[in-house]
Amino acid sequence: MDDPEDVYPLLKTYEGRPAGSGRGKDPVNAPMIRHWCEAMGDANPAYAGADPVAPPTMLQAWIMDGLSGPTGRTAAYGELLALLDSAGCTAVVATDCEQEYLRPLRPGNVITFDSVIESVSPRKTTRLGTGHFVTTRTDIRADGEPAGTHRFRILKYAPAKAFAKGVREESGAARPRPVVNRDNAGFWEGVAERRLLIQRCDACAALRFPWLPGCGGCGSPEWTAVEASGAGTVFSYVVVHHPPFPAFDPPYAVALIELAEGIRMISNISGVPHDRVRIGMPVELEFVRVDGGQLLPVFRAPAPQVAR
Amino acid sequence: MRAGDELPALTVPVTRTFVVAGAIASRDFQDVHHDAEAARAKGSPDIFLNILTTNGLVGRFVTDHFGPRATLVKVSIRLGVPNYPGDDLVLTGRIASVNDRTAEVSVIGTNRLGRHVTGTVTVTLPPPVPA
Repeated sequence: MDDPEDVYPLLKTYEGRPAGSGRGKDPVNAPMIRHWCEAMGDANPAYAGADPVAPPTMLQAWIMDGLSGPTGRTAAYGELLALLDSAGCTAVVATDCEQEYLRPLRPGNVITFDSVIESVSPRKTTRLGTGHFVTTRTDIRADGEPAGTHRFRILKYAPAKAFAKGVREESGAARPRPVVNRDNAGFWEGVAERRLLIQRCDACAALRFPWLPGCGGCGSPEWTAVEASGAGTVFSYVVVHHPPFPAFDPPYAVALIELAEGIRMISNISGVPHDRVRIGMPVELEFVRVDGGQLLPVFRAPAPQVAR
Repeated sequence: MRAGDELPALTVPVTRTFVVAGAIASRDFQDVHHDAEAARAKGSPDIFLNILTTNGLVGRFVTDHFGPRATLVKVSIRLGVPNYPGDDLVLTGRIASVNDRTAEVSVIGTNRLGRHVTGTVTVTLPPPVPA
């Protein structure tokens, strides 16, 4: 939901944080080596026979998650990927792999590893779509001894388009436009000036939101617009998973914000992924431009604390 | 072994079976490497070769030339255009530099769409066997 330009400073805070650690699901073994050599068409005799070594380029294969999913991934790396997902960068492609081999791997070697998030690039536009490059560095050990390093770069991106007709477009559909009428025009005029205006009853001084022609307390039709400070807290929220709406990319959080002035309004939360929104979380008003034009008030949550 | 030497080209016929076999042998179950329908939904016209297979082919290309006693020290690759089924991958290489028994080889892999992979491989050779 965020303006993707806004998310980079937050993405950057993940640099240097651990991405994962763990143990290869299988020790180095001759059947996996044979399958690899069959697939690659590699007839190198060093990889076969009674005392084979593993092809060095298999290094990453020993630590792949496989079908049973990630096991050693840190919460930080999961958060980084979720942030990218929530910025619309839902697709992933590997772009670079740099490996250094310190010793040959042989059947029986138990593989362990530690990964760190080395860098996150600013937003880049590529042929596939717009996104961020994420580089991780993994140190791999065999029976506890350093065996190699594996640096891997992926592009997390918003697909430019689905390839075939009939496939749902990932983006491009416009959001519903606000309905502006005589009763609420003052509110939208304030938004256009990046001011969040609320009504105060001239008769009883009660604040009200959303904008209405009369006071719900005393019935007076007289009111004055006052500007909210922009400070607030999350009073409640829901996470929308289904149904999807073309302009939005679920899951996303819809929050009820209690402003410092005491009135409540429904808005988006920016700055954190949907699963980090919490009741009571302090938030600050900010304005984002969507669909290339419409300005909207949303509320930014503080960036998570970074532990190094 | 001298700087400037060319390695014999290796042509790999990239069939659908080859793409899937490489993905599964490298334990990469990302759907874009075996499920054409899922690949299309993600903006790709077909399944495509995964990076681990390309990495394995680059390693094989170099050791095919230098022999089973050669040891790979480093393999660095960058992917360019994807490699879809039905498109041969042609690997070419040139020795960029030699330092004693260690050579740095520049590798390029091209297909119909252009450059699929650009890489650098560092390989060491065992000392010559005394006669």
